[in-house]
Amino acid sequence: MAGGALGLRLLLLAALCGVAAALWPWPRSVQGSPRRYCLGPAAFAFRHHAGSAAQPGCDVLDAAFARYRRLLFGAGPWPPPSLSGQHHESKDMLVVTVATAECNEFPTLESLENYTLTIDDDQCLLTADTIWGALRGLETFSQLVWTSAEGTPLDVMAYNKLNVFHWHLVDDPSFPYDSITFPELARKGSYNPVTHIYTAQDVKEIIEYARLRGIRVLAEFDTPGHTLSWGPGIPGLLTPCYSGSRPSGDFGPVNPILNSTYEFMSLFFLEISSVFPDFYLHLGGDEVDFTCWKSNPDIQAFMKKRGFDDFRQLESFYIQMLLDIISAYNKGYVVWQEVFDNKVKVRPDTIVQVWREEKPVTYMQEVELVTKAGFRALLSAPWYLNRITYGPDWKAMYNVEPLDFEGSPEQKALVIGGEACMWGEWVDSTNLVPRLWPRGGAVAERLWSSNLTTDLDFAYKRLSHFRCELLRRGVQAEPIGVGYCEQEFEET
Amino acid sequence: MEPRALGPPGLLALGVLGSLLALGAQAQLAAAGPEPALWPLPRAVQMSPRLLQLAPANFSIGHGPNSTAGPSCSLLQEAFRRYNEYIFGSYKMHQDLAKFQVGTQLQQLLVTIILESECNSFPSMSSDESYTLTVREPVASLKANKVWGALRGLETFSQLIYQDSYGTFTINEANIIDSPRFPHRGILIDTSRHYLPVKNILKTLDAMAFNKFNVLHWHIVDDQSFPYQSITFPELSNKGSYTLSHVYTPNDVSKVIEYARLRGIRVIPEFDTPGHTQSWGKGQKDLLTPCYKGQKQADSVGPINPMLNTTYTFLTMFFKEISKVFPDQLIHLGGDEVEFDCWASNPNIQNFMKKKGFGQDFTKLESFYVQKLLDIIASMNKGSIVWQEVFDNNNELQPGTIIQVWKLERYASELSQVTASGFPAILSAPWYLDLISYGEDWRKYYLVEPLNFQGSDKQKKLVLGGEACLWGEYVDATNLTPRLWPRASAVGERLWSDKTVRDLLGAYDRLSRHRCRMLRRGISAQPLFVGFCD
Repeated sequence: MAGGALGLRLLLLAALCGVAAALWPWPRSVQGSPRRYCLGPAAFAFRHHAGSAAQPGCDVLDAAFARYRRLLFGAGPWPPPSLSGQHHESKDMLVVTVATAECNEFPTLESLENYTLTIDDDQCLLTADTIWGALRGLETFSQLVWTSAEGTPLDVMAYNKLNVFHWHLVDDPSFPYDSITFPELARKGSYNPVTHIYTAQDVKEIIEYARLRGIRVLAEFDTPGHTLSWGPGIPGLLTPCYSGSRPSGDFGPVNPILNSTYEFMSLFFLEISSVFPDFYLHLGGDEVDFTCWKSNPDIQAFMKKRGFDDFRQLESFYIQMLLDIISAYNKGYVVWQEVFDNKVKVRPDTIVQVWREEKPVTYMQEVELVTKAGFRALLSAPWYLNRITYGPDWKAMYNVEPLDFEGSPEQKALVIGGEACMWGEWVDSTNLVPRLWPRGGAVAERLWSSNLTTDLDFAYKRLSHFRCELLRRGVQAEPIGVGYCEQEFEET
Repeated sequence: MEPRALGPPGLLALGVLGSLLALGAQAQLAAAGPEPALWPLPRAVQMSPRLLQLAPANFSIGHGPNSTAGPSCSLLQEAFRRYNEYIFGSYKMHQDLAKFQVGTQLQQLLVTIILESECNSFPSMSSDESYTLTVREPVASLKANKVWGALRGLETFSQLIYQDSYGTFTINEANIIDSPRFPHRGILIDTSRHYLPVKNILKTLDAMAFNKFNVLHWHIVDDQSFPYQSITFPELSNKGSYTLSHVYTPNDVSKVIEYARLRGIRVIPEFDTPGHTQSWGKGQKDLLTPCYKGQKQADSVGPINPMLNTTYTFLTMFFKEISKVFPDQLIHLGGDEVEFDCWASNPNIQNFMKKKGFGQDFTKLESFYVQKLLDIIASMNKGSIVWQEVFDNNNELQPGTIIQVWKLERYASELSQVTASGFPAILSAPWYLDLISYGEDWRKYYLVEPLNFQGSDKQKKLVLGGEACLWGEYVDATNLTPRLWPRASAVGERLWSDKTVRDLLGAYDRLSRHRCRMLRRGISAQPLFVGFCD
């Protein structure tokens, strides 16, 4: 990707009428002009506006300037510009101005990401309320330039203006999170306690990497089900299942009747809430299987004592205890829809993530019910990218309209977005990237762009082009139809 | 490398081999450590519980004293080096483990070719791939009639070696007798819908060798692009490729063929005609049929124009080149999905049909074309493979033409008809790996029994094998490898191993570990299910 090979003059297209209309996701409002400008790597710079709240030293923007400079021009060195054959006026800088500078903070659910980008004869200016908006604007700017490249999933999220990395860190098969308070969890629960874990340092690096790209890290520690891997590290945490009158040797969900469970959870989540800076934690709560609880005589006795005649009441009991713990740490929480479906009493500020397509009701009806009850909702049901089928399945994902349900404007306002999910049963580093991109891009545009941006032909053209841009940036994004990219992916 | 998965120890799957197995040995072996994950499973395996250790610095693969091949056989020399690397990998560099050896050692594998080695030949349908492998202290012996069997045996040998919990390279004493069930075991790649860089093709050949595949069916051109750079007709790729960098030069092609040969893999090119040829039209004027709209010629073109002499002159010259560039005895001529609309719209074609007395039956016109093409190929002393439509639409077909069955619907009855008519057959229908679905679809590929159709023994013998096809509409270098492996491995075992090898539990265990081995060897094969590799 040496800049030299490109002849060193990149064309900045103020014009969007041309072939370069590969903006993804599509911005709210785009005004084109036929004017084109040159960018020379030796001369070009990103600058802070004198009146901007952010000045040199604002690490998020400084790092972004360096990143986008590398994306546009490669690493250099660059020969001096040749003036011959230059048909376009050149632009030497993009001036960036922000109203507030939260340079050392983390992005939040409330962060503003709007920006305005103006490129004409008089100026080349990016204005935004916040540095997070400036990041989104820089991505758009880079997409306007004809041109190289980083390819971690977080980078690609930034290219797609996705802003939340939902990290489903642990589940039944393994516990790779290396807890400082309970090191036995990963030592006994990971696939391999040396190679297949995420250390505190790993986690920290990921969070910072994400922050610099305006991406929140939402950590999920799913309980009381999906917890088999927690068992080996914390004896007594899981419910012993019975076969007849004897323990069968198998374990079920977290044991909700023991005080020790809640003592553990308090300490564990104390750690989690300080390791992960985001205000929200994802507490899971999906697919709790009641058969083990049913089999256990101690659980039965507890149920009787409490007057519970339904295991959902027991689940509810557990979740409420857990939510109280989390609340005490001044954290908000996201839960999977079963928590709502099973009528667990939750606090009004709980965010419910809708993931089931058909049951108990269609996902749109579920969103309607969740918002009607006054809860905020996140939509994932139509966007399970791990579920692969033959052909261009991105179209169906693209066509989803998250607000397409019966409800008041207040209800609609409670839908705070959605997530594309890539569950890992059949996914690891061998196939993650091509399975995620550009299919995840379809979801990204739906969540960023206007609800009027729905033309599939227009999207197909831009997405094909965007996938080639991703390839050029080193991302192994798969094809969405026949054709080619100037620069194809080559295995190393 | 252990996926933490279910299932009994892999060796139990060997139980099907019955008598050859030293049954008593199994329990001891399971206790001794990870058993080898052989894939595809050899015909007969006898494992002894006796363990031998290999020291990277004190082990070598060499030619047996009575071998008809020696150091001048570069095919074997290259293979020895390759397998040494696969077996020891980067460990070799670390330290001289030899000093720490206490147990019994295996010091050498001697490879003996018994008959004329065929070292400098190309593999063919009739190549002998059988071998026997005997692992004994201190020297193991691999015997094969030809180099092709030696290549398969080296792969098996490499699969027998594992590292014990102390990291020592270990192998059980064993006797293995092996030969393939079918002679044609192929992978189809499509370089027209998307261009695949040569590197990606070579990687695929490596993975094919790990799975004992022996045919690369190279669907090199199609409607969308013509990346094959022809010497005789350079305009075909100049005008018909996606860009001038999306081409396979003669040098690229010969590199692929030689790389494949060194792994005992045949390269069968497919130049599909008369349909699927839109990209040919750009560089070869008048080759395609002009379509009409009413009385007027439209902008579009259809299949190859079958009524012009110039068409056959072109095809003769073109296939003359192809028959030289590709050394294999067989050329795939396509012949699938010919659309008749354009032919039907063209008044000249209509006249020609009338003159020939074809009536309105365009299959007769197609047949006319195919017959002429088959004759051209026969005159070059090459054999032909065609897709099933050619058989379906033809009353008479040159004997010996190989029919590839690809339509999923009633493929067993198609096999039955093809072979009843005396034609050899290749099965692909149940193995279209481009048709992805959620979950463990390898199981369904694995459970296919190619000879499960109505027919005599003689008919069954006409089934030469099968191919896993990875069409390129949604596949390029970004996703080819994880989409192909280990799903194609399921087909690999079906075509190599005995018919009775179909226990899914044992297969799951072996295949999970085989996929980790492929990962270690640089093939990004995707997971079968939850679990991990080291």
